[in-house]
Amino acid sequence: MSPSDYVPTRRELLSMIGKIGGGLAMYQAMTVLGHAAETQFTGPPALTGARPGASVLVLGGGLAGMLAAYELGKAGYRVQLLEYQDRPGGRCYTVRGGDKIVEVGGATQNVAFSAGNYLNPGPWRIPHHHRTLLHYAKAFGVELEPFIQNNTNTFVHRGNAFGGKPQRYKELAVDFKGHISELLSKSLNSGALDSQVTAEDKEMLLVAMREWGVLDENMAYVSSIGTSAQRGYDTPPGGGLVGAPSASTINGLSDVLSSNIWTQLNFHFNNVMQTTMFQPKGGMDMIARGFFSQVEPMMRMNTRVSRIAQSDSGVTANWTDTVTGETGETQADWCVCTIPPTILSQLDVQVSDATKAAISAVPMNGQVKIGLEMRSRFWEENYAIYGGHSFTDQAISLISYPNFDYFKDGPAVLLGAFANGAGAFQLTGMTPEQRIEIALEQGSIFHPEEYRREFVSGASVAWSRMPWIQGCTSRWTEESRAGHYQNLVQMDGRIVLAGEHATYYGGWMEGSLLSSINAIEQLHSRALAA
Amino acid sequence: MSRHPAAALVVAGAAVLAAAAPALRAQDGPGGTSSVEISDEGEQVYQQICQSCHMADARGGAGAGTGIPALADNPRMADKDYIIKLMATGRGGMPWFTDVLTPEQIAAVLTHVRTEFNDFPEPVTAQEVARLAGSASAEQ
Repeated sequence: MSPSDYVPTRRELLSMIGKIGGGLAMYQAMTVLGHAAETQFTGPPALTGARPGASVLVLGGGLAGMLAAYELGKAGYRVQLLEYQDRPGGRCYTVRGGDKIVEVGGATQNVAFSAGNYLNPGPWRIPHHHRTLLHYAKAFGVELEPFIQNNTNTFVHRGNAFGGKPQRYKELAVDFKGHISELLSKSLNSGALDSQVTAEDKEMLLVAMREWGVLDENMAYVSSIGTSAQRGYDTPPGGGLVGAPSASTINGLSDVLSSNIWTQLNFHFNNVMQTTMFQPKGGMDMIARGFFSQVEPMMRMNTRVSRIAQSDSGVTANWTDTVTGETGETQADWCVCTIPPTILSQLDVQVSDATKAAISAVPMNGQVKIGLEMRSRFWEENYAIYGGHSFTDQAISLISYPNFDYFKDGPAVLLGAFANGAGAFQLTGMTPEQRIEIALEQGSIFHPEEYRREFVSGASVAWSRMPWIQGCTSRWTEESRAGHYQNLVQMDGRIVLAGEHATYYGGWMEGSLLSSINAIEQLHSRALAA
Repeated sequence: MSRHPAAALVVAGAAVLAAAAPALRAQDGPGGTSSVEISDEGEQVYQQICQSCHMADARGGAGAGTGIPALADNPRMADKDYIIKLMATGRGGMPWFTDVLTPEQIAAVLTHVRTEFNDFPEPVTAQEVARLAGSASAEQ
């Protein structure tokens, strides 16, 4: 074999790159070679050379629609964007004092939060690897701050665990780890795993279990100053004459198991739930405002689209102005349609039967979020909880504490519910007043003294009852993916669909943006080929 | 029988495994487990599930599109096969419910909708539901 025929293995290649170029070069090479890739985002779309006069109609002014308008406008297209609501952003939405929430059926809430306080009813946290979103946030000058995702001093509550009394996350997590370590070490020492681990690994595992589980010299997980150094003390360490700490009492295995604490531990292992996470200062809609600042001149609000037709020469949308009642039609060469499938399946859309079937195959989940304004930050003052979530198996699922303005006096809004599944159906079916009552009743489990006493006002967003979307996040199955996904995202004549539903990254703004980028790349290449 | 999420596995088979393991889902969610139970009684199931979209009076509501259909005085409610299949597969904005409700609960609520909001007295049975809604869909 001559030197020129020699093809190094990937490992050999990386090793060579590492030796020559150092760690950064090796990391970059790893990314190129398919290791360590954390996003499909490779930078904003490089669309250039639109045909002079070519035009695009964008339907829906959420993030996907606004990204399309922004990038296609930059590429040289004449862009018009029609939006049903009186505000941009779609689900990238923030509710503040003075806002009005009107539901299907007419129930209306006038939000009374104090200035500076808000509820993010839709997206509320941004993973550090959502590079598309972070790219545009930076490009538009949106200031981000940390979102406290994992706070070990919050509570975990299950109705049938610990007599219904919430436990501190850190106590359950440390106890779970300790008991599992003790059991594994017993199993190892009894020889039960001898056929599956080498003697060397067995020895290492025993060391690991002793250290990781904070086991004593008998390989037992017991109440001690050592375990208290992780789960917290009965008397914490102090100074002088009374400086000595005393140990807290660990929970037994059965109690710890009944808490299902592994579900929270595992939740934080999710790729999209790992720290660092971010939120925009002042509310999630700062992201929407960033896009809007770029596309405002192209955008028509209060515009209800009823029909989307296409021919060999272009696309036509019929619409009604929801304020003036004026009707009209807008024409363009091409169309990016980001109307969610719940609504789009109700409209007269001229696409192939396969695309129509795909549009009708994607229902949405109807999550519920509830914001509760409290007179004081009692969770900080009385419980030392600064951001993060307390989990419960009740309908509200969790309460989540604000991630800004720590230590301040005055009212703050906490998230009083993030319901999904059966709990969300139940809360959605209630009046807004009933929802607040349930949120107070269920949330009081964590802070019984303060919760009702400090409550000032509340607001709820039940997504199934938002007239403009009638849902929150798209629902796919393996079956519907196989049968419909490609048909949904494949450009259909002169119309391409985009949005949260047209992605494998549902329920995240990142998915909407990646979907939109792919859609406009399809559109641009089709337009250049036409 | 009150419905616990884990019971879905027994009823609908392995297809629901993904739904029972929320930690594996990529979408944003609250984390943890739920002990929310749904009644077995038709009127209660309607209030706890259906009225979230179809409204308490089963008259539906207006929205950005043609809106949410009324179930009250709806001639389509006459066709048991049609409404059972709709509950099993969903369509458009309506999801499937075989991973939330048992065949008994589906039968009870369909009977409630047919008798209280319409005039179709013949009850829907759990056997009919089980037969027609056998292949449940799995939530991703």
